[in-house]
Amino acid sequence: MTPLTALLVRDMRIAVRVGGGAMIGVLFFVVVVTLTPFAVGPDLALLKRIGPAILWLAALLASLLALDRLFASDHEDGSLDLILTGGSPLELVIAAKGLAHWLTTAIPLIVAAPLIGLLLDIEPPAQAGLVLTLLVGTPALTFIGAVGAAIAVTLRRGGMLLAIIVLPLTVPVLIFGVAAANAAVAGPVPFGTPFTVLCALTLASLVIGPFAAAAALRLDIE
Amino acid sequence: MRLSAVDLACRRGGRDVFAGIGFHLAAGQALAVTGRNGAGKSSLLRIVGGFLRPAGGRLWLEGGDPEFSIAEQAHYLGHQDAVKPSLSVAENLHFWAAFFGAGMTKVQDALGAVGLGGIAALPAAYLSAGQRRRLSIARLLAVKRPIWLLDEPASTLDAAGRDRLTGFMQSHLAGGGLILAATHGALGLGGAQELSLDEKIPSALPGDGLGRGSEATVGAVTP
Repeated sequence: MTPLTALLVRDMRIAVRVGGGAMIGVLFFVVVVTLTPFAVGPDLALLKRIGPAILWLAALLASLLALDRLFASDHEDGSLDLILTGGSPLELVIAAKGLAHWLTTAIPLIVAAPLIGLLLDIEPPAQAGLVLTLLVGTPALTFIGAVGAAIAVTLRRGGMLLAIIVLPLTVPVLIFGVAAANAAVAGPVPFGTPFTVLCALTLASLVIGPFAAAAALRLDIE
Repeated sequence: MRLSAVDLACRRGGRDVFAGIGFHLAAGQALAVTGRNGAGKSSLLRIVGGFLRPAGGRLWLEGGDPEFSIAEQAHYLGHQDAVKPSLSVAENLHFWAAFFGAGMTKVQDALGAVGLGGIAALPAAYLSAGQRRRLSIARLLAVKRPIWLLDEPASTLDAAGRDRLTGFMQSHLAGGGLILAATHGALGLGGAQELSLDEKIPSALPGDGLGRGSEATVGAVTP
């Protein structure tokens, strides 16, 4: 097992065990989306129109939930120091940890999205497009969030600060994610244009996120 | 292999912790770093481990692997044990062995050597402080690295654990390793050099009331 695979496997194991954040995220997602029809009322046309936005907002907040522990738990128990002496580039370490976070929090949520979409009157053909936008867009949320997690790592209650730092940066992802999902659900605007921009945002955050987070972590450690 | 430092200085939070620290440590030698609380023992180890940048001075390693930094050839055993409570004892050690690029074969031996062989499958959440420290020490045995940086390694260990630790340190030194240990008590190693940080304080904390009197040193050296 290479060092980075070992790290990926360890983080996923911790996430799915007691006290890990994997199930919390998907449960939060399901609860928020389920509550929406109760709040809005049984107006199917309205639910269908705001459905993609609700799903995306819930996904955004759910992926933030476990994010404040991304580096903080390793920092508190001294693992981060040892990880730094491991010889693996910190940028790749962050990419591996981000991937573990995405696999354990975003994937369950993406699997749950079609089922929970039924509550918002999103029909199966449109659901495929919606799931695709979540699949492509959530890595951007993780890697933008990783930067905030790295900045807030030394703070005891970093979760709130993390949300304040990260949420404004996720606005473009939210705009194009919801636009693409709306196009898939309601039409008539083409799906391809916002979807391509969403892909570009994700690719950019995959590249910039690990470097920015590594720079922030190096400052924090001192 | 030879680890040397000349004129190392450390600044933390705007305060000079120590200055003018130097040592030469050859293969098979140990250095006990002593000093009062706050003298900078841990900071010195963290500088050698590459976590802190020294405020001045030089640190270098001769005869090591030029491909790797000093930190990548060193084991750091700090106050925190880097043990994940939701993983089992063996999983914790397996991870570090794999992350540091060592084979899996030595993990079981290392757990046996520190006396945790019988509870390898137990979640680490159930370990006592001393057992967590033993698990941390097992990491040093499972992955071979020439420099050991030990920060109060025996603080939570019982008498038997201390004896084992002394044995591990002796065999590490016999194998040509280097040890830098911050300690209040005796290391139990014959022939260890000692570096006291108490004489290296450029300016005492005002009114700390501990150790060296502040009257004697206040304003003496304030860069």
